[in-house]
Amino acid sequence: MHSARIRTQLRRPLWRFHGGLHIPDEKGLSRNACIQDAKLPKQLILPLQQHIGAAAKPLVQVGEQVYTGQKIAEAQGYVSAPVHASSSGTVVAIEKHPIPHPSGLSAPCICIETDGKDTWGERPPELLDYRNLDPSEIRARIRWAGVVGMGGAAFPTSVKLNPGSDQNIHTLIVNGAECEPYITCDDRLMREQAGRILQGVRILRYLLDVKRCLIGVEDNKPEALEALRLALAESDLKGHTEIVSIPTLYPSGGEKQLIKILTGKEVPSHGIPAQIGIVCQNVGTVAAIADAVLEGKPLISRIVTLTGRGIAQPQNFSVRIGTPFSDLLEQAGGLRSEGAKLIIGGPMMGFVIQDPRVPVTKATNCLLALTPEESPDPDPPRPCIRCGACMAVCPMNLLPQQLYWYARAKDLDKVQDYHLFDCIECGCCALVCPSHIPLVHYYRYAKTESWAREQEKRKAEHARRRHEAKEARLAKLEAERKAKLRKKKAALAKQGTGAAEDPKKAAIEAAKRRVAEKKAARAKQGVVPKNTRNLNPAQQRQIEAAEARRQPMRSETQRERE
Amino acid sequence: MLVAILAITALATVFGLLLGYSAQRFHVEGDPIADQVEALLPQTQCGQCGYPGCKPYAEAIVKEDEAINKCVPGGEATMLAIADLLGREPMALAEDAEKPKAVAVIDEQECIGCTLCLQACPVDAIVGAAKQLHSVIASECTGCELCLKPCPVECIHMVPIEEEVTHWKWPYPVRESLADAA
Repeated sequence: MHSARIRTQLRRPLWRFHGGLHIPDEKGLSRNACIQDAKLPKQLILPLQQHIGAAAKPLVQVGEQVYTGQKIAEAQGYVSAPVHASSSGTVVAIEKHPIPHPSGLSAPCICIETDGKDTWGERPPELLDYRNLDPSEIRARIRWAGVVGMGGAAFPTSVKLNPGSDQNIHTLIVNGAECEPYITCDDRLMREQAGRILQGVRILRYLLDVKRCLIGVEDNKPEALEALRLALAESDLKGHTEIVSIPTLYPSGGEKQLIKILTGKEVPSHGIPAQIGIVCQNVGTVAAIADAVLEGKPLISRIVTLTGRGIAQPQNFSVRIGTPFSDLLEQAGGLRSEGAKLIIGGPMMGFVIQDPRVPVTKATNCLLALTPEESPDPDPPRPCIRCGACMAVCPMNLLPQQLYWYARAKDLDKVQDYHLFDCIECGCCALVCPSHIPLVHYYRYAKTESWAREQEKRKAEHARRRHEAKEARLAKLEAERKAKLRKKKAALAKQGTGAAEDPKKAAIEAAKRRVAEKKAARAKQGVVPKNTRNLNPAQQRQIEAAEARRQPMRSETQRERE
Repeated sequence: MLVAILAITALATVFGLLLGYSAQRFHVEGDPIADQVEALLPQTQCGQCGYPGCKPYAEAIVKEDEAINKCVPGGEATMLAIADLLGREPMALAEDAEKPKAVAVIDEQECIGCTLCLQACPVDAIVGAAKQLHSVIASECTGCELCLKPCPVECIHMVPIEEEVTHWKWPYPVRESLADAA
């Protein structure tokens, strides 16, 4: 026990990532608000796509009764996640509904009218003896539960926990940094449910077969650190798990930044942490994994912070996924002023929403209502003065200024040469820019535009192949038709008199022969054409005139024959 | 003098033979540059450039020095890419501005099953048979509009593709810069 204390008090060597910013953390507004269960809303709106990957496919129909925890949409493909009913009730619609997305667009959602009873449906067995199970069975359970990264990226967790046998995973990093200002949901989770997090850690340790586990928490959350340390001291994880207090510096909660701080290692460009033997999970995700494995509970609720000076009583709510934000705002005492800006996520990486009816999804950790004083509209941008301040703060060690020039010029190749896709959109560069250039906006534009071009290219390639296939088919049909025609001609030619003679001429000759034979036969019988006998002089004259006309033609044909 | 003449003649013969041999040995079918240009074109085979497809247009660009701004579906991006590839000067797009992406939809009430649109579709994206209702496979339709004209009852319409979250793009930042305003 004594040695364990010393161990936790000994300062572990920490590294520093490039750049970063000290920004007012504003967590005081909501850090002391205990997690409260939000009221069940009248209607739950569950988007079919709350994760990175393919949207889920509905399993229920309008009018169907569903129970809490019932799977209502199935994952489509490997990188996908199912959706579960967050409470019991009736499916009233499967239609497009506004979702929390920077575009403000709508997407397919399953709407459930809750019955208020919150009756649980059938649940899978609790896997208390998971140590006797194959890791793939535990992963299947996590996949069934629809667990996705709850730090904000919403990448399906079961995929992340399956790095492949060729990767030697040695370290699990649990991300409790929560570096964005204002947000306190992970802080409250660590303070109130440290045991649940450690249970998740234990499962992950077995699942990934890692040697050590590091839980990184920024030092502006001393209560969370203390709670975790207490819980750890009581558990059997002490030998290989360490709670590490890291200096508060935005964006230390970025996956790559946290890995650098704790291990000194850098994730390769375009790479993932598994390539350097590390798997990183958010504390909320780890707790959700514990629920899924130990209780057979799917991911149907999460902790959401409602804060900002525009909200009457900042709160941390345990919310059923699918609850509209307008419901939560009401429970937090409503908005203080009319002009508040509603932001989903933190002030640095979040996005403004116009419609407060959008639902809480698996990835939403915070709803901010910022007053105009807190978040003044940015000044109009001025030309870049090449001061390099953005470069100094970039935590990914990129050249934001160069990225800006090329993104502005729509040079999508060049912008990728400067590693646009390594940008984590943390917003440091835009914050320090003395010219108020919306730098991150340019990068987001360039990223989505590049993806779109990539997709168009693939589509064009597909269309080209289809076009070629059609041309080939038409050419084949034409060739077949021609071959048929040739065959017919050849057959006709064989039927004719001489093999070499024209079939038409042969037919004419045959007809002439037939007529001559007929004439001869009639002459034998003594039948003569009546119109050549007993002619009057007028008729005789006509015949002679006709004969005279024919004469030159006859001689001509005669000559030709000769 | 004679030595020099002989040496040069010998060299010329040797290199001539070498060139002749390699021309035969490494003969390339088709025009590789035209293929590269074709790869940049959007393959809608729409003929809006005045050529019967993307390949003929690509060949015309390379061989006949055709203008590079005639691809309507490709728009500015394609024009810039071709300019970049061939080292030509970028040019303004032809009068037709870039159109929003659309797919053809057949009005089922009016289709008489004449199969004319089937023959017109360059990518076989319309299914049907004589005197049977025709239908467009939306995922294969390139939006080239080639099926509109042949239809005798005008029952094919272009429907713009609805914007979806998965395909949504961040708009180009509107610059309200002070310098621009001035």
